[in-house]
Amino acid sequence: MLLKQTPSQTIGPFFSYGLTPKQAGYNKLSSLASSSLVTESTIGAQIRIEGTIFDGVGDIVSDAMVEIWQADSQGRYQNQPSLEGIGSSFLNFGRCDTGANDQNKFVFETVKPGQISTKTAPHINLVIFMRGLLSHVFTRIYFPDEKNSNLLDETLLTIPAYRQETLVAKKLSGESTPIYEFNIHLQGEKETVFFDA
Amino acid sequence: MRKSQFNMRDWKSHPKYLTPSYKSTVLRSPTKPLIPMKQTLSEITGPVYGHDSINPLDNDLTKNGITDGREPLGERIVVSGKVLDEGGRSQPNTLIEIWQCNSAGRYIHVNDQHDAPIDPNFFGGGRCMTDENGHYKFYTIKPAAYPWGNHVNAWRPAHIHFSLFGPAYVTRLVTQSYFPGDPLLDLDPIFMSTPKSSQGLLIKEFSMDLTEEGFALGYKFDFILRGPNATPMET
Ligand SMILES: [Fe+3]
Repeated sequence: MLLKQTPSQTIGPFFSYGLTPKQAGYNKLSSLASSSLVTESTIGAQIRIEGTIFDGVGDIVSDAMVEIWQADSQGRYQNQPSLEGIGSSFLNFGRCDTGANDQNKFVFETVKPGQISTKTAPHINLVIFMRGLLSHVFTRIYFPDEKNSNLLDETLLTIPAYRQETLVAKKLSGESTPIYEFNIHLQGEKETVFFDA
Repeated sequence: MRKSQFNMRDWKSHPKYLTPSYKSTVLRSPTKPLIPMKQTLSEITGPVYGHDSINPLDNDLTKNGITDGREPLGERIVVSGKVLDEGGRSQPNTLIEIWQCNSAGRYIHVNDQHDAPIDPNFFGGGRCMTDENGHYKFYTIKPAAYPWGNHVNAWRPAHIHFSLFGPAYVTRLVTQSYFPGDPLLDLDPIFMSTPKSSQGLLIKEFSMDLTEEGFALGYKFDFILRGPNATPMET
């Protein structure tokens, strides 16, 4: 007989001084996570992920927290995040507050993840919290330049073809660091696939 | 490394996304069913923080926001309990983050428009790790109710916001905990979004055992996170 899970409640609009203090400009608390997962010694191709979250009428969500969890460029999870800037040369975990920049985007500096298994394409896991979401949503970012492995990915294969594209980032051109744009639509025609993970 | 998968979110215990009485859910909740996912290595691993991530006053909100040498105003409380999984196994060394308003119902957050006073000696944010037995403890000031714009004369019952990691990406939990006997609970669409049978899990229990003589009233609050199931993960 299992115990009942503690119910989720919304993160509300005022999380940032507690959860993303540095990004939001509060100095009383150190930050446990940042939107940069890389250091100078990180191995692998550095990339930037950026995106905007849109609500059901297309308004930009300016008070969300996005967390990412991804393998390093070799497909490994080292399980060792620490205070930002300390410890291993790659943090598998990052956090971004969409209220912390003028455009209300989430932006992560990271590396392109490696494959974790032959049945899995390179991907980044996202968990998203915001006012109005009573329980977080899980989604994944896949890469447009990994077409062959995307075709074999056992998670993507469970999704109807017309919705798979909501999980594939767009590569923006013209920068030295590749930028992948991944916009999230909470509702509607282009509604992003969210997982019961 | 643990190779089992985790039980799914129990939707009999969690709120439904679309809860129209809580207005912000109307344009922000997914309208299509969630797609069930077979967990991979990416879901059964997760960030693990060390005790060195925590500064000594991080779990003491009665002290970590002092700016002019005086103690924050309000009723000091101790909030303590265990983090468990559904199987009753304690969850050691897991990060808990908290944030809350002050004893007047005002958050330090720049966007909080409520005209209740800011307390210069109360910040309202903190964190701690559970010990080897899954126990945690915070010292803080009892938060107050505050008004919000959801409907006419809407007031949030006093609550503390909590964020927990647990052992895996999928055990992540963000929630709020409330105080026993609060008349605002039944009127709060966020609290009431929770299925009736699990609402009690969001309410702290007053505890004389945790109450510290001459210092602070004690409240017990346990967290139950998703636990591993028997299905091994193929790799
Ligand atoms: Fe609140």
